[in-house]
Amino acid sequence: MNKAVVESKQDEEWQPKIIAFLCNWCSYAGADLAGVSRIQYPPTIRVVRVPCSGRINPFFIIKSLIDGWDGVVVSGCHPGDCHYISGNLVARRRFAIVKELLDFIGIEPDRVHFMWASAAEGELFAVMIRKISELVKKLGPNKKFEKKW
Amino acid sequence: MDKVGAVLVVGAGIGGSQTALDLGDAGFKVYLVESTTSIGGVMAQLDKTFPTNDCAMCIVSPKLVETGRHQNIDLSINCKILDVKGEAGNFTVKVLKKSLYVNMDKCTGCGVCGKACPVEAIDVFNEGLAKYSATSVKYPQAVPLIYAINKDYCIGCGICLGVCKAKAVEYDQQDEEVDLNVGAIVLAPGFDEFIPAKGNKYGYGKYKNVVTSIEFERILSASGPYSGKIIRPSDGDVPEKVAFLQCIGSREFKDGQPYCSSVCCMYTAKEAVIAKEHMDQVNPTIFSMDIRAYGKDFDKYINRAQEEYGVRYIRSRISHIEEDKTTKDLILTYEAENGEIIKENFNMVVLSVGLNPPDDGKYLGEMFGIELNEFNFAKTDIFNPVQTSKRGIFACGAFTSPKDIPETVTQASAAAGCVNQLLYDQRDTLITEKVLPPEIYVAGQPPRIGCFICHCGINIGGYVDVPEVTRYAGTLPNVVLADRNLYTCSADTQTIIKEKVLEYNLNRVIVASCTPRTHEPLFQETIREAGLNRYLFQMANIRDQCSWVHMHEPEKATEKAKDLVRMAVNKARDIQPLERIKLPVTQKALVIGGGITGMVAAFNFASQEYETYLVEKGKEFGGHARHIYTTLEEGNVQEYLSNLIDNVTTHKFIHAYTEAEIENIDGYIGNFKSSILHGPSKERVEFDHGVVVVATGANEYEPKEYLYGQDSRVIKQSDFEKLINTTDEINNKKSVVMIQCVGSRNEEHPYCSKMCCAEAIKNAIKAKELNPSLEVVILFRDIRTYGFKELYYRKARAAGIVFIRYDEKILPEVTSEGNNLKIEVTSPKMGKITISSDLLVLSAGIVAQGEANEELAKILKVPLNEDHFFLEAHVKLRPVDFATEGVFVAGLAHCPKTIEDSISQANAAVSRACTILSKDEVEAEGKVASVDMARCSGCGMCIENCAYNAIELIEDRRFGIVASINKALCKGCGACSGNCRCSAIDIAGFTSEQIFEMITGRV
Repeated sequence: MNKAVVESKQDEEWQPKIIAFLCNWCSYAGADLAGVSRIQYPPTIRVVRVPCSGRINPFFIIKSLIDGWDGVVVSGCHPGDCHYISGNLVARRRFAIVKELLDFIGIEPDRVHFMWASAAEGELFAVMIRKISELVKKLGPNKKFEKKW
Repeated sequence: MDKVGAVLVVGAGIGGSQTALDLGDAGFKVYLVESTTSIGGVMAQLDKTFPTNDCAMCIVSPKLVETGRHQNIDLSINCKILDVKGEAGNFTVKVLKKSLYVNMDKCTGCGVCGKACPVEAIDVFNEGLAKYSATSVKYPQAVPLIYAINKDYCIGCGICLGVCKAKAVEYDQQDEEVDLNVGAIVLAPGFDEFIPAKGNKYGYGKYKNVVTSIEFERILSASGPYSGKIIRPSDGDVPEKVAFLQCIGSREFKDGQPYCSSVCCMYTAKEAVIAKEHMDQVNPTIFSMDIRAYGKDFDKYINRAQEEYGVRYIRSRISHIEEDKTTKDLILTYEAENGEIIKENFNMVVLSVGLNPPDDGKYLGEMFGIELNEFNFAKTDIFNPVQTSKRGIFACGAFTSPKDIPETVTQASAAAGCVNQLLYDQRDTLITEKVLPPEIYVAGQPPRIGCFICHCGINIGGYVDVPEVTRYAGTLPNVVLADRNLYTCSADTQTIIKEKVLEYNLNRVIVASCTPRTHEPLFQETIREAGLNRYLFQMANIRDQCSWVHMHEPEKATEKAKDLVRMAVNKARDIQPLERIKLPVTQKALVIGGGITGMVAAFNFASQEYETYLVEKGKEFGGHARHIYTTLEEGNVQEYLSNLIDNVTTHKFIHAYTEAEIENIDGYIGNFKSSILHGPSKERVEFDHGVVVVATGANEYEPKEYLYGQDSRVIKQSDFEKLINTTDEINNKKSVVMIQCVGSRNEEHPYCSKMCCAEAIKNAIKAKELNPSLEVVILFRDIRTYGFKELYYRKARAAGIVFIRYDEKILPEVTSEGNNLKIEVTSPKMGKITISSDLLVLSAGIVAQGEANEELAKILKVPLNEDHFFLEAHVKLRPVDFATEGVFVAGLAHCPKTIEDSISQANAAVSRACTILSKDEVEAEGKVASVDMARCSGCGMCIENCAYNAIELIEDRRFGIVASINKALCKGCGACSGNCRCSAIDIAGFTSEQIFEMITGRV
């Protein structure tokens, strides 16, 4: 269990820590563009760069939740834009199932988000992160997998 | 005389550097000579670049570093050309290498001498705003980083000699003369900015708070004299009202040059936006005559400046400035568009100075024996803007006419493309292979990680507590070194990284700075040169995704930066060296589109004996140019076109297909496999090729407005051109009205079509010549006759052609009234005016081929922009490349442009392609999938998911039926791995274990 991740300062306004898996070609570039355009969003996310959303194994999402991340974002290219032709479509099919599984094991649906953001959508990326941060913040810290003994 | 496989490039700004890199990569020996003491030219002085607001230093720095260390580029600084002999294919150039009084090989650029120097000398780079010592470099990220002693200021005290540990100071160093034997020459000396004369009407030099735009650019820069704070020189106050005056030294006969400097409208908008961004209390006002935002996405930028940043535009030319003696404010008197005279105070004034030819332009012209135009810019061929009057000598960038960075880079590559065409058979004759040290064996050894945290000037350091992040990085397990740098990408830091790798025995290197998308290759190359496998590298993005997006929360940004560094360290512990696969290259090209652009590209490829497939969807070649008779500069387009068609259709290396469509394009860089259907019977042809050039052009807008299609007296500009060039109907007309921006710069097409102003003026002048009694009225929003085209705008006005401005909010109205058309226009100056005319000409814009482009974009896996034009890899520095390797774009498919620009892009695309075609093999990415056969159950799910057909099931002797991956086809996307239920497939560089490590973030 990782203290640095789960640690939340009770006295200050609590900010969630969200892990974001971004595909290299669209969403990661979109996140860069948000930076280049200086569009501000809350400092909640920590980005893991992956080649394609198709690379993201459901294990990554589950592992993130187990390790105490308050939220998970997965973002890839828009359908049809995939640098690898169809990786994002593979991902979409996969995540539809993952979503159901998470629901089944009692993870609040608002903790895990799938989105599309292109390299030109810095603004959209920032807006989405703002929105997701709010949603996760409302849920409070992720203690589902915290060891109680 | 024998041809020589070497090229001389004069001037090492962004243009010269690009030419040198292209040619160096294509197998030529390049001598790059620069007159100052470091490379990068004006671009390295800029803070940000329009229209993306990219940090100029960030994007140019990797390119300069690459130029400085390219195996085939021989860089000399502080040089002067003394003599030129010979002809195309074999020139001998005598170059004087002036002494720096510092030994280049010994100087480490440590700067101790500069600090010790007691004499303060003016520093050129910061435009005289900062003081530097007599021993100095131009700027902290200079390439090459070598100090030079300025003999004019040096008092000979000898202190620097004493303090230099490297023993690099040599007072008695002599100038050196060398003879260079080269096959071709490219001139890229750039420009010099216009400096207002003493006693000028703007009070420049007299009033302290009047600065030029380049000085203001340095004020904006994080590495500038005030570290990026907007401060006015008189008292150090933040100026709240800043006025930018346009056309200083441009579009003037008396004090300056009559031509338009092309770039000032855009760079001013950028400076205004950045000023506002740096300090919110700054309110910029721009005084301009026309807003010339004619490039790709430029209009959108101007709109953003006005709407989002509140930049105020006033259409007026300021002729006089007064200073308030007590406050040092400046009083501007101007005439508003409605005629009212207004007096307004400003705290600071920025003069948007124009571009002059380079100071040594005339000298270079004489030296190289090339013709110059009346302003001392290089005179170039109408249909090949990089060809000077002498064969074998090319010119590019601002030396041919004032221009911005992407056009300079395009021309730089175009010049390289023309050199390729001339010297193709001399490739690889004079170059040496790059010798890299053997890779240090690191497998199985405990990780020793070095972390380099970047301040990026104030880009990171201004918001993130970099010393704290560095301290924290040092506490992480396996980190043996944590260091921080002002700019980690600069040449000096590359040397530091290499030294530290050896000193600390590092076997993993982490850089926490900007984005791996732009800078990873640079750092990978650096550690490879230090003997580490290039994949033993990780980046933490603490700028684009941290400091820049959390500017108001420095503490949290610092915390986030620490997390990102920790995640990178966690991953780095687990990364392994990887091998790159070499792929063979099919030395053939596919060019899609048989307009001028496509044909120029195909002809250039074929001249280099590369077999070329030219595919045109129409029945004949020529594209849009078939409807153009002359250029504004009076070039005969039809003659040029018919020669080109002859050349292309009869060339033995060109397979030309008409009525052809692309059925499929498969494969990857160096190894494409395509099939097309051509001719009336749709015959199928399949072929292999190594590169693709997209030159599919664009369409003319079909107007829906102004009674077009309903009244036969309303015609398009192209129809009017045909009318005046092929009939004498114009003699029967009394008046012609033209409306500009039809189908451009509106909601549907929010961009400028660039060519319409020039087209309208060209046809108006011609019509007036044919029928002097003809009345011609042009209704415009902005006249965008940039560069030397401005002279034709003057000519048109002198010929009596009437120009009336209308505002986009009140469009002209057209009604048909008996024999006449009635055109009602509202001019901001004169109010409502009604004009009768017997012909209305609509300057219809350029629109992208929406569906056709979408289809091709899908086949090639390349992106389109919002307006459906193809989107290049980088709008500034990679104008003809796609992110997908081996695929290039040129001409109208990229964005609206003139014929000359299309030809430049075509040659530029060829040059970029030659960096691939000139080789027998290219190296593929090392980050590909691999199968753990012991785990694989042979279910075949991965085969379903692989979009590249890179996986097949094989029968293994020990493991039975298992998946197997063709590493040359694998792109490393990971779709197979994400779906593998046995966790048998992993992606090198992004392994599950590495990602788990990042997730768990164990400290």
